[in-house]
Amino acid sequence: MRLDTDPYLDRYAERVQGLKTSEIRALFSVAARPEVVSFAGGMPATAHLDLEVVAAVAAKVIRDHGATALQYGGGQGRVELREELVRVMAEEDIPGHADDIVVTIGGQQALELVAKCFLNKGDLVIAEGPTYVGGIGAINSHQGDIQHIPMDDDGMRTDVLAEELERLKLAGRRVKYVYTIPNHQNPAGVSMSLERRHHLAALAEQYDLMIVEDNPYGLLDFNDQRRVSLKSLLPERVIYVCTLSKIFAPGVRTGWIAAPAPIRDKLVLLREAADLCPPNLTQMLMEAWLGTQPWQQQVRRFTNLYEERSKVMLASLAQYMPKDVAWTVPTGAFYIWVTVPHGINTSALLPKAVQRRVAYVPGRGFYGDGTGENHLRLSFSFPETDRIAEGVSRLGELLHDEYELRQAVYGHVATTPESS
Amino acid sequence: MPKTPRIAVLCGGTSLERAVSLRSGTRVTNTLNDLQYDVTQIDVGGDLVATLRDGAFDAAFIALHGAAGEDGTVQSLLELLALPYTGPDALASTLAWNKPTAQGLFQRHGLNVPRHVSLSQLAFRELGASAALSHIVDTLGASLVVKPARGGSSIGLTLLERAEELPAAIMSAFSCADVVLIEQRIAGTEIAITVLDGTPLPAVEIQPKRGDYDFSARYTAGATEFHAPARLPDDIQQACALAASRAYAAVGARHISRVDVIVDSHGTPHVIELDTCPGLTQTSLAPLAAEAAGMTFADLCTELVSFALRDA
Repeated sequence: MRLDTDPYLDRYAERVQGLKTSEIRALFSVAARPEVVSFAGGMPATAHLDLEVVAAVAAKVIRDHGATALQYGGGQGRVELREELVRVMAEEDIPGHADDIVVTIGGQQALELVAKCFLNKGDLVIAEGPTYVGGIGAINSHQGDIQHIPMDDDGMRTDVLAEELERLKLAGRRVKYVYTIPNHQNPAGVSMSLERRHHLAALAEQYDLMIVEDNPYGLLDFNDQRRVSLKSLLPERVIYVCTLSKIFAPGVRTGWIAAPAPIRDKLVLLREAADLCPPNLTQMLMEAWLGTQPWQQQVRRFTNLYEERSKVMLASLAQYMPKDVAWTVPTGAFYIWVTVPHGINTSALLPKAVQRRVAYVPGRGFYGDGTGENHLRLSFSFPETDRIAEGVSRLGELLHDEYELRQAVYGHVATTPESS
Repeated sequence: MPKTPRIAVLCGGTSLERAVSLRSGTRVTNTLNDLQYDVTQIDVGGDLVATLRDGAFDAAFIALHGAAGEDGTVQSLLELLALPYTGPDALASTLAWNKPTAQGLFQRHGLNVPRHVSLSQLAFRELGASAALSHIVDTLGASLVVKPARGGSSIGLTLLERAEELPAAIMSAFSCADVVLIEQRIAGTEIAITVLDGTPLPAVEIQPKRGDYDFSARYTAGATEFHAPARLPDDIQQACALAASRAYAAVGARHISRVDVIVDSHGTPHVIELDTCPGLTQTSLAPLAAEAAGMTFADLCTELVSFALRDA
């Protein structure tokens, strides 16, 4: 007798066939335990919101507008919220109108809708290497191919991009879009330099490219710097994606896309097919929050907190990491990207890390092509500072031990890391 | 009317197999709830003893996988608390948990096991074991299975065909345990035989649709094709069932265990390991074996609870 653990298998769409359970994901279930210092999730410090104020705002929404808040809404999202989101964009001098915006369920739905809108099987997307796991997931779920462009401390290497675009042009391969996180990139923590932004914009014109500019972290700049957006450089070529997850809280699942009108119309239709409309309740909560509260002060408080945590993490890395480990210095937001010597596989090392009660995300998840084994991402946004020091100390001990063991097993030392 | 047994389903914990255990535990809890047992699902942690002591439970259903739950630790605590529990006792759990020890026991009981060597981190750090790696390949060949000497769910396991892959595979296994087990890889039919209260259930043949039976193939529904009984001649099926029963007896198991076997091209069964806390997820082998024997998952859970209460 043949026993089927999934009798529906031959009914699934082709794009679903490759979806599988992952060992790394299973290990994260241990990382979520309180015994473990987790640098894995990119979680904002929501406990540092003034929850009394949030409660009052939420109560007022329900009390004054409950029937509307609990009703269906329009597929594009409430115009009142879209007007507030235009003001959020204006904080970074990003041009836009309420009519350009589609409210989404977090930035992730925005990335998924864009992938759904543009990608056929095998279509090519260019992205930074490394890049956001969820961005890769959105592209993969529509069977797109990802080509990575390496980064350095100034973000995407646009000189390499230029060479690659020329090569692709000669090969007759069209690039559907360039996916970039220019500010405080996830996972690298670095920001694209102004010069490179202009270079990228010029390349987009030269090679007729669309750009998806994903900017969840732009306002969380440690120096309060407001960087020039690609959207402001190329309004008709850029699909701008943003979220309130990092500057307020991910629990409201509120993100948005600002796109040229024809694309916006398609995205609204796609989203209506997916979930009809974003929830009125959270939209109205966010309208009230953004419209009545000094939310910029909250963003400042978050940024100061993250900067303090980043400093503790950087100091701890300097104190505890073995030689030959390199890391980025974040310009803002949540992340530090660590490079360990070649030959140390951060995916294989994760079980040992979890057993030593510290967790990170192995680098491989940030590449669509299976590379990145000798990298890992540390997120400093959520743990308290004493836990950060403790966690980095555990990680340092683990890596020291791994070096020694590796030397004992291989009979020679690990090699020096490349820069990220 | 008899009192409804009050059951603590133990799952989760901090082992590397936590996620699988939560899936097993949730499935058992839902099933026992449907059967009208008085069930409490417990994600085991620092308050386990207090919770069990104060919970007035009649029995514990162990759905833990990995260290603490499977190595005899929880079983010892339950014995201390005089709380009946499902599955093998503390000693049998400890013996089976240590794969090289279990393989030695199986060999002493006349069972075939793959040729193997186990090496500790100490052997590499202080005794220069790296110089012996070429000897391992000379002796066992380059077609090898490298795995942690303790643990399950294929975490830290590497199947390799080339000698130069051996150090990396050893490093992966050391990420999960202090001792690594290096086995000769036996080509053949992979089967799992669940032994329920001393009686072998039909062998389940494992045939991953792509590649090896790794973590993804184990826990992604539909990724592996299973046949039960295994598509093997009757005499070989009997030999496998006998081998499984003897392995079960060798470690002194009770209630339930799953014995993993590879049948080589000559029809000889080789016992790979014995799992005292077999997975109980939708894709796990023990529930599939029960299904092949005409038992529902509810029947299997009911039987295990009754064994625990019987052996109290």
